[in-house]
Amino acid sequence: MRSFLVRSVESALRRGGASYGRRLFSSDAAPERKVAILGAAGGIGQPLALLMKLNPLVSSLSLYDIAGTPGVAADVSHINTRAQVAGYACEDQLGTALEGSDVVIIPAGVPRKPGMTRDDLFKINAGIVKSLCTAIAKYCPNAVVNMISNPVNSTVPIASEVFKKAGTYDEKKLFGVTTLDVVRAKTFYAGKAKVPVADVNVPVVGGHAGITILPLFSQATPVSNDLSHEDIKALTKRTQDGGTEVVEAKAGKGSATLSMAYAGAIFADACLKGLNGAPDIVECSFVQSSVTELPFFASKVKLGKNGVEEVFGLGSLSDYEKEGLENLKPELKASIEKGIKFAQEN
Amino acid sequence: MRSFLVRSAESALRRGGNGPSARRLFSSLSAPDRKVAVLGAAGGIGQPLALLMKLNPLVSSLALYDIAGTPGVAADVSHINTRAKVAGYAGEEQLGEALEGSDVVIIPAGVPRKPGMTRDDLFNINAGIVKSLCTAIAKYCPNAVVNMISNPVNSTVPIASEVFKKAGTYDERKLFGVTTLDVVRAKTFYAGKANIPAADVNVPVVGGHAGITILPLFSQATPASNDLSHEDIKALTKRTQDGGTEVVEAKAGKGSATLSMAYAGAIFADACLKGLNGTPDIVECSFVQSTITELPFFASKVRLGKNGVEEVLGLGPLSDYEKEGFENLKPELKASIEKGIKFANQN
Repeated sequence: MRSFLVRSVESALRRGGASYGRRLFSSDAAPERKVAILGAAGGIGQPLALLMKLNPLVSSLSLYDIAGTPGVAADVSHINTRAQVAGYACEDQLGTALEGSDVVIIPAGVPRKPGMTRDDLFKINAGIVKSLCTAIAKYCPNAVVNMISNPVNSTVPIASEVFKKAGTYDEKKLFGVTTLDVVRAKTFYAGKAKVPVADVNVPVVGGHAGITILPLFSQATPVSNDLSHEDIKALTKRTQDGGTEVVEAKAGKGSATLSMAYAGAIFADACLKGLNGAPDIVECSFVQSSVTELPFFASKVKLGKNGVEEVFGLGSLSDYEKEGLENLKPELKASIEKGIKFAQEN
Repeated sequence: MRSFLVRSAESALRRGGNGPSARRLFSSLSAPDRKVAVLGAAGGIGQPLALLMKLNPLVSSLALYDIAGTPGVAADVSHINTRAKVAGYAGEEQLGEALEGSDVVIIPAGVPRKPGMTRDDLFNINAGIVKSLCTAIAKYCPNAVVNMISNPVNSTVPIASEVFKKAGTYDERKLFGVTTLDVVRAKTFYAGKANIPAADVNVPVVGGHAGITILPLFSQATPASNDLSHEDIKALTKRTQDGGTEVVEAKAGKGSATLSMAYAGAIFADACLKGLNGTPDIVECSFVQSTITELPFFASKVRLGKNGVEEVLGLGPLSDYEKEGFENLKPELKASIEKGIKFANQN
């Protein structure tokens, strides 16, 4: 498994250009990159810390939480990979945790319990996100920010308002992580279409809650002729309710942690590759966007040295998807406005 | 990161030989079906271990068992877009189904240390857990490779062997105490002191899996370093031996190493799967039944293959300091082994 990690760096460098690629493919040839995880002692944060420690693109891993991080850092620091690990606990250490960060991943906050929507988390998580973003603006204003804290449809707008107020906002650097919706769409599609899941691609657009999650199965590859309209509707619903499925299975013990850590690590890895100049890094993400009339929208984006290099359009939609797109807009608009309003009034 | 995982399967197949199978399409579907069961999958080690095993394309079926919590962990992990089909099993009545058809069974079940405890202090609770899990393994998947993580490993591996002997299913080539985290620590600490990239380092670790029974052989470390003094080696040895305690204390009552243990457990299980699939030259350190010393179990490098242990490798040349450490560890290791055997025979 360690050898996979070295190969990741090799392929990153190779894609980065011919002359660069001829250099020695050791992990030391990859640029130094600091990644900070805010909420690193939590249910998502811990396995996310593990996965980021396994990524050879990371030279420095900073684990921050209100408590518990020295233990997590000691644990993860024993792993024989490149990243130097440091643990930071409580607010007075937040600045040190953040300084020099290239990528900041934010899984902090409370998870849903059965019966709750992501919006029910708003009151608690909005305040947490606001203060973490205030610190980011102060200590690492140029960092790429990967927002995991729910409700993402609102916390990303909150972040943008905090950064605007601080005069540090760069819309190319702020991402709501929707990768788990893509992961779920791929898995569920592969199961129904009976194709190997590793071969599947499905874009997911819109937002990151319930019906705002719009998987575009009409654009899925490999194409399947065996799926009926009923199948597509069922796949769409299951993708939209995927998070709730896990919340209920955990029966009060939390929400998706392991799959969210995986998705978060995949997306952060894509951001790092982009920062390092690897070409053709495309992922779906919830970003500031003019693809629709909404100020923020998830679609495929190309990642590069400045964060977002290009926001792609939605491509061609089936009639069912066009209907889904119109249906999601009011809820997504309201969630975005709720976040903006909170940031401006607090 | 997903692409790394596919490349693992490709390289595993490639190393398997030049024949037609190697020239076949290197999709993860060409790799044999392999079922892995994790016993204790809802725990501190079990959850991140379940995640890492789900990411391994050599796994076609992943069974997650625990006394509770596993349906939630299984639902979570099942959403990940990789090969393995995931099923969660909770409660003893489901243990048989969890185990049936398993190629590899990983056992992280049990309680972790609190500050001030030794691994042996866990014996009373964990010995009973291990005994009943192994009784089920003997019944439901007697040919499986068993990876024992539950502490104290120096005793729980002998317990497992006695349970398997009693059931008439014991195969000494299939029972492994997981010492990979000691190797991981030795590599990391050596790399730090010698100022070498951690990914390039190899260090064998022999003996057992507790305190002074952990004997890292820095004299055999590669790449060799001329910059380390004898004091450095002593400090590295002690830090490797106390690595687990270091994490227990840093967690201040909240547990022991979970994430690094999950990583180490996944590395070792991956090596077992590659061996089962016929990949040559898979060598890892592990605590196994052994004749390289007078003790019945001992950790050293072993070569893994289709039957589990293909060859137990010797210790190689030891420095004087290591020879001293070797003699010092034997009484404690012997006592721990005998404690396990005695428990199994009396319960």
